[in-house]
Amino acid sequence: MHPSEDPARQPSGQAVIVDADGLPALFDALRGRGYTVVGPTVRDGAIVVAELASVAELPFGWGVETEAGRYRLRERSDTAAFGHSAGPQSWKSVLHPARARLWSADRVTGTVETSTVETSTVEGGEAAKPPRYALLGVRPCDVRAVGILDQVLTGGRHADPVYRGRRDGAFIVAVECTEPGATCFCTSMGCGPGVESGFDLAMTELTDAGDHRFVVRAGTAAGADVLADVPSRAADEATVRHAVTAVDEAAERMGRTMPVQGLPQLLADSRESPHWDDVASRCLTCGNCTMVCPTCFCTTTEDVTDLTGDHAERWRLWDSCFALDFSYLHGGSVRTSGQSRYRQWITHKLGTWHEQFGSSGCVGCGRCIAWCPTGIDITQEVSALASLQDVAAPDEDRP
Amino acid sequence: MTGTVAMRLSAQPFFAVLTDSQRGALAEDGTEVTFAAGERLFDEGGVADMFWLIEQGGIALDMRVPGRGDQIVETLGPGTVLGWSWLHPPYRWHFGAVARLATTAIAFDAASVRRRCDADPAFGYAMLSAFTPVITERLQTTRIRLLDLYATPSQVRHAIGPVNA
Amino acid sequence: MTGRRTASPALTEPAAGTAAVPRFYRVASRREDTADTVTLELTEPAQPVPAFAPGQFAMLTAFGIGEVPISVSGLGDNGGGRARRLEHTLRAVGAVTRALHAAPPGSLIGVRGPFGTSWDVASAAGRDIVIVAGGIGLAPLRPVMLTALADRSRYGRIVLLVGARTPGDLLYADELERWGCDGVEVAVIVDRADSGWNGEVGVVTTLIEPAGFAPDNSVAFVCGPDVMMRFTADALAARGIPVSRIRVSLERNMRCGVGWCGHCQFGPLLVCRDGPVVSYDRVAALMRVREL
Repeated sequence: MHPSEDPARQPSGQAVIVDADGLPALFDALRGRGYTVVGPTVRDGAIVVAELASVAELPFGWGVETEAGRYRLRERSDTAAFGHSAGPQSWKSVLHPARARLWSADRVTGTVETSTVETSTVEGGEAAKPPRYALLGVRPCDVRAVGILDQVLTGGRHADPVYRGRRDGAFIVAVECTEPGATCFCTSMGCGPGVESGFDLAMTELTDAGDHRFVVRAGTAAGADVLADVPSRAADEATVRHAVTAVDEAAERMGRTMPVQGLPQLLADSRESPHWDDVASRCLTCGNCTMVCPTCFCTTTEDVTDLTGDHAERWRLWDSCFALDFSYLHGGSVRTSGQSRYRQWITHKLGTWHEQFGSSGCVGCGRCIAWCPTGIDITQEVSALASLQDVAAPDEDRP
Repeated sequence: MTGTVAMRLSAQPFFAVLTDSQRGALAEDGTEVTFAAGERLFDEGGVADMFWLIEQGGIALDMRVPGRGDQIVETLGPGTVLGWSWLHPPYRWHFGAVARLATTAIAFDAASVRRRCDADPAFGYAMLSAFTPVITERLQTTRIRLLDLYATPSQVRHAIGPVNA
Repeated sequence: MTGRRTASPALTEPAAGTAAVPRFYRVASRREDTADTVTLELTEPAQPVPAFAPGQFAMLTAFGIGEVPISVSGLGDNGGGRARRLEHTLRAVGAVTRALHAAPPGSLIGVRGPFGTSWDVASAAGRDIVIVAGGIGLAPLRPVMLTALADRSRYGRIVLLVGARTPGDLLYADELERWGCDGVEVAVIVDRADSGWNGEVGVVTTLIEPAGFAPDNSVAFVCGPDVMMRFTADALAARGIPVSRIRVSLERNMRCGVGWCGHCQFGPLLVCRDGPVVSYDRVAALMRVREL
């Protein structure tokens, strides 16, 4: 169980109000404790996840327009810093980086000595300890996504050392959603737009009547400790209710819904569905969806040497099940057709993930819908499969 | 003699699809035979005037390939039938056959069995019902062998060209 | 430049932290089995080699080139009190396996493991054991035979059916003969004969019908190419072995071997974690799905 989930560490704190001009103090409190603050910022026409040097880098007054295959920044009429739905990057960029060195080894006088992130003291190489990150602005869908990655990468018999190192030291500031995007469906997946656990601090941003403030509550002792260094005032009941209402109303305004009932069985039954031909006529197998998805975790490895051949390193890189050689075996790949690769992705995400890891792999963030160049909508694909199943087996009792 | 052959036919599942009287009729065309290990039954191209139900031992089907000698294409064991070429013209063996091991079998006079099939269509149909599953199965296993499943990827590439685009 | 190797006790599974980092073992012996197959024995002088159960695999690293999953092909204990060795039979088919194949005695090979599920030979106690091997599939099955023979009275009849591409591709030919003399029923068949071959020619499934085992009291262990395993398992089931007592060893692309990289998925299974050994009833339908 991760520290932020441990009830023994839940402080009994009240919600407080932090004004927008109290955010720099939050920054200082985090930096002062040795955290590198990572959060949203505007860059290259999108709101990306990056290291933030100061509060000023947050995307104040920026919102987004999203639709299938579409993402545009727009200027807001207020100064909200978190008034935008999921961008092209997720927090896996930080916790499960796209490139990581697993180990390096030197062949010296007939022996091999290996060193890892934990033990290495190579000059210019990995630090002896990984940096500690404060993740500022984690939406509830992404909080759930982090929990899912916890299960995949540390919940099995062997824990991924790179992920564990970064996750154990991470501080999570969640921000609840009051303005869902057109591609959002976290409510369907049961993980938003509010958040109950998995964070050190949770904030709800309010900007009505020009009064830019946050209702903040601590989820752990570490969170309460940081919050104590931030100027705040006790939250009055009206404001708290206002925040709760804003979040509840957001749940009613989701852009999409996912029919989750019986999804794993539907996908298992759909393996020979004619629908895969239909998707394959639209899917470029570009893998965008897997890159923007906050729970896609697949990686590959690459061994490299220097010119002497006596120093070797193994690097781990993001991979995608859409890559043609992902399933390479005995001279060719098992999944060569677009049909089979799309089927693999969606069946894993919504179906077999349950058997493998005990939950759905999808958090309803809608990123895959926005960043698919042909606008394939995972919720629509499920609806299409479901109606084909109904046609194939009408009025049949399914287990 | 026929009584013994009939009994031995009943002990083999191959002709189970025949009725008792059909099996009895077939037994009239059957003779018990034995072959020593290495003894040749027939050559490729020879007249296919017999077929055998193998009871014990083993038979190797072969073909003479210039430069390779006698190449074994398949081996047959107890319980199966050797010889289909008698079923249709030109009634000539497509392969040779040699006893791999000391073998006991029932040998059938093919011409006589064909006359029975012509005279009694029900008998003829029953015979084909016994033979066609075996022919299908051998075709299937031959196709599987053509897939060369135990080959390495480079062996496959040399044999059949690029596998994936 | 001072990476530290810490001494650790004998392991039956990797300690935390070493699941990702290979330990480098020395090639103690290298034996050429066929034109493209070798059997390597790996040992580590400083500490004992971990115990691998039959059916499990190691991720083997060729220094600077890459890593592949290879099943163990021996028990590692020769019973003579010698330190345990890791035994792997491998075929040169790509860059990594070519390098491993060529590794001379004394050279270093990285090892991560043991990983995966085991054949669980002990669960066949009191039953007949039917082993069906296709091609290089005989290598992961050899530990089943060695385990059964080491405790012979515990099991019923032992039947070994082996299919190979050609007589020259037959693995462990000397051992097959020895096992045949030790009361094991051994039958061998090749896809294609050469001029010196006087044995059977055809597919390995034809050996099932005449073999001497009691289907209602047998456990079958099957390994080979996917298609061969499918046809073999179906033929064994047709002869009356319950599908829950037919075990196959699956194979898929693996990058990590420990359930983190996602490559080895086969429907709901992660082959590295839920396999490679699975009972056929669990995967029979999955093995029929195209491009799963």
